[in-house]
Amino acid sequence: MKGMTSIVRDVTRLVAGVVMVYGVYVSCTGHLTPGGGFAGGVIIMAGVVMLVLAFGGERANELLAESRCHVLDGSGALAFALVALLGFFAGGFFVNFLPRGRVHQLVSGGMILPANLAISLKVAAGLIGIFLALVLATRQPSSQE
Amino acid sequence: MKELVPVLVGLPLGAAFLVAILAHVRGGARLTGALATLAVAANLALGIGLWAAAAGQDQPGAKSAVWTVWAGRWDGQTELDQATGQQRTRPIGIQLVWDGLSRFMVIVVSFVAFAVIVFSGAYMRRFTTVWLFHTLFLLMTGAMIGVVLAGDLFNLYVFIEVAAMASYGLVAFGTEREELEAAFKYLVLGVVASSFILVGIAILYSLTGQLNMARVAAALGELGTSPAVLLAAGCLLGGLALKAAMVPFHSWLPDAHPSAPAPISAMLSGLLIKTVGVYAIARLVFGVLGVHAVYANVLIALGVSSMVVGMLLALGQWDLKRLLAYSSISQAGYMILALGVAASLLPHNRALAGLCAFGALFHLFNHAAFKSLLFLCSGSIEQATGTRQLREMGGLVRRMPVTGWCCRIGALSIAGVPPFNGFFSKIIIIVALALAGRVVLCGIAAAVAVGTLLMYVKVQRYALDGQPGPRVAAARESHWAMGAGMAILAAVCLLAGVALSVGPLKEHLLGPAGEALLGGAKLASGVAMGGGQ
Amino acid sequence: MGIAIYMLTFLLLLIGVYALVAKKNLVRIIMGIAILEYAVNLLLVLVGYRRDGTPPILPRGQTAAELAARAVDPLPQALVLTSIVIGLSVTALAVALAVRLYDKYGTFDMNDIRNLRG
Repeated sequence: MKGMTSIVRDVTRLVAGVVMVYGVYVSCTGHLTPGGGFAGGVIIMAGVVMLVLAFGGERANELLAESRCHVLDGSGALAFALVALLGFFAGGFFVNFLPRGRVHQLVSGGMILPANLAISLKVAAGLIGIFLALVLATRQPSSQE
Repeated sequence: MKELVPVLVGLPLGAAFLVAILAHVRGGARLTGALATLAVAANLALGIGLWAAAAGQDQPGAKSAVWTVWAGRWDGQTELDQATGQQRTRPIGIQLVWDGLSRFMVIVVSFVAFAVIVFSGAYMRRFTTVWLFHTLFLLMTGAMIGVVLAGDLFNLYVFIEVAAMASYGLVAFGTEREELEAAFKYLVLGVVASSFILVGIAILYSLTGQLNMARVAAALGELGTSPAVLLAAGCLLGGLALKAAMVPFHSWLPDAHPSAPAPISAMLSGLLIKTVGVYAIARLVFGVLGVHAVYANVLIALGVSSMVVGMLLALGQWDLKRLLAYSSISQAGYMILALGVAASLLPHNRALAGLCAFGALFHLFNHAAFKSLLFLCSGSIEQATGTRQLREMGGLVRRMPVTGWCCRIGALSIAGVPPFNGFFSKIIIIVALALAGRVVLCGIAAAVAVGTLLMYVKVQRYALDGQPGPRVAAARESHWAMGAGMAILAAVCLLAGVALSVGPLKEHLLGPAGEALLGGAKLASGVAMGGGQ
Repeated sequence: MGIAIYMLTFLLLLIGVYALVAKKNLVRIIMGIAILEYAVNLLLVLVGYRRDGTPPILPRGQTAAELAARAVDPLPQALVLTSIVIGLSVTALAVALAVRLYDKYGTFDMNDIRNLRG
């Protein structure tokens, strides 16, 4: 798909970075304010969607191919599974094994922060993959040979 | 040891994402099949190991071991609150239950999944992007095991959804026109069902303030059958009946199951309707809602209509996979009918209710085995001859001996011919119905059994025996992997009839399952409220 | 206020089911799916409502016991988060299927996409 006019492209170049940083912020403070992994991942994806709309699908595919999205997606999920399995060292499945810290601090709540980051990676990569697949879908023959 | 129970769910899910990563690594795409088979085999081994460990703790009689695992150790124990110095309970946690029924179901799911993935090693070579199939397959298997292990309502719903979503993708896998259309219809009806299940859960939560199944059962015990509870139960049972393809909610199944590739049809028909449908209904009615006469009558009505309508619609079919799909509806009706009669008998005659439940669960096991076998055979036939129409087949037993004999074993099992397993479960259900005094139901069940026999005699006459059609004459026997998958299930069909009716497997596998079902909320509540084990 | 909002939520649910059942265009059916999901999530959040309640977030200077006494029930909100994710995935899958169906049939009309019979 084609991109948009140069005004849109310049503004998007400025704004998309801010949006993605905001997404990372929302997912990092999931244990303090509303938000968390899923919401942060969706906001990151919204930043990338803005870039795709402004610059066109082919350019986006050069920078972030769909197969790379699959790998990041799986890695996010495996990171989350790792957090869950590491709980076995503390006695059970999914046990919170990191120190809890004090309430209202950024580094508190044990493993909630790493779990949120893993979820936001997975959600962002998965949704970007879905978006790229739908945007770049061309008339394909069926997958049966 | 009991902390390993969540790994039964985590292993297939983790392997699914590992497959997704492996497929995009250089050269990894060919290994995804091996990884998937390894993951399912490891899961089966773990399931058998945990079953043996729990069965070792069974006491003779009705007391089978119940393990409950709280995720993250957020258990319902009382603890000393540091701030106020008082005892308080932490009631919010995700509980996984490893009782007789979940042990049984995990063995069923893992075993059939293993046979199917062995089969699909050769069958799926005709598709590109096979890694996608393995990912979705592992997700569906993991989610079905999650459904079986779930101890609270919302966890049950989430795993039902994950399994359903994986199955929508799998039905559309070949992306032919038929498959896409069937997948879309299936998706739409599945979403309606899921929404109603969630509405039911919301109403139950607003009435009882709990999500844990045992605690909801205790709270509902006081509420009885007030209109609000009936509304919640109606939404839940309606949604689950749609997932189980009970008549009148069955219209998606005859399109979805035949259009999917054969291993997927085997998984859907043999496992998904049973775990997400029949098992969830059983767990809800016996464990959460309580065995009131209303629910028992609803189950009996659903069961009878499914049995009869499924059989009648199947008799006129000439497309092999469509016939098998309609026959799935009919056999699921058997299970729901037996469960309904068990529910109605439970307050007065526990022994007879136990026999009905035993028959229903035995039939669940058998149906998973022989229906999956029949669908795998149909896949093998379709790959070799290129057709699904019965009239174009013929003489398969001579041209493709392994497939033909496995198909014959499957057909004889589902028709209820001794000594195959179908005979045992059907005779137990019919005898239990007769002993319960439900003569009309017993007659209907026997008539449907005769109808099933007729329909599979037709299958054998047209597909297996007789003169080879032109397509069959050019057919060759399938790859050894497909033969191995079918042979595993055929062996189960041959042996399971006797092996599960008497002896140690009955004592420790099927017996505790029935007892756990009937024990229902009481068995788990003792563990949920006071002591973890 | 109490019963009216539940009635409205049920009305939204029925509108979603109507769109699913009665419409012929695939895209309208997908919109019906979305409306149905919204209605169910709304019902679930409303279950946790408490009159004059505060959001279930612990501000500085308040203890957990005070929060528990004044906040709305956070459990339905957690359930709804999960349900929203599930709804998003189902909608994405439905849209992908609709795009592929358009590729094959050239139309979004359900009446023309009726290959399966029997």
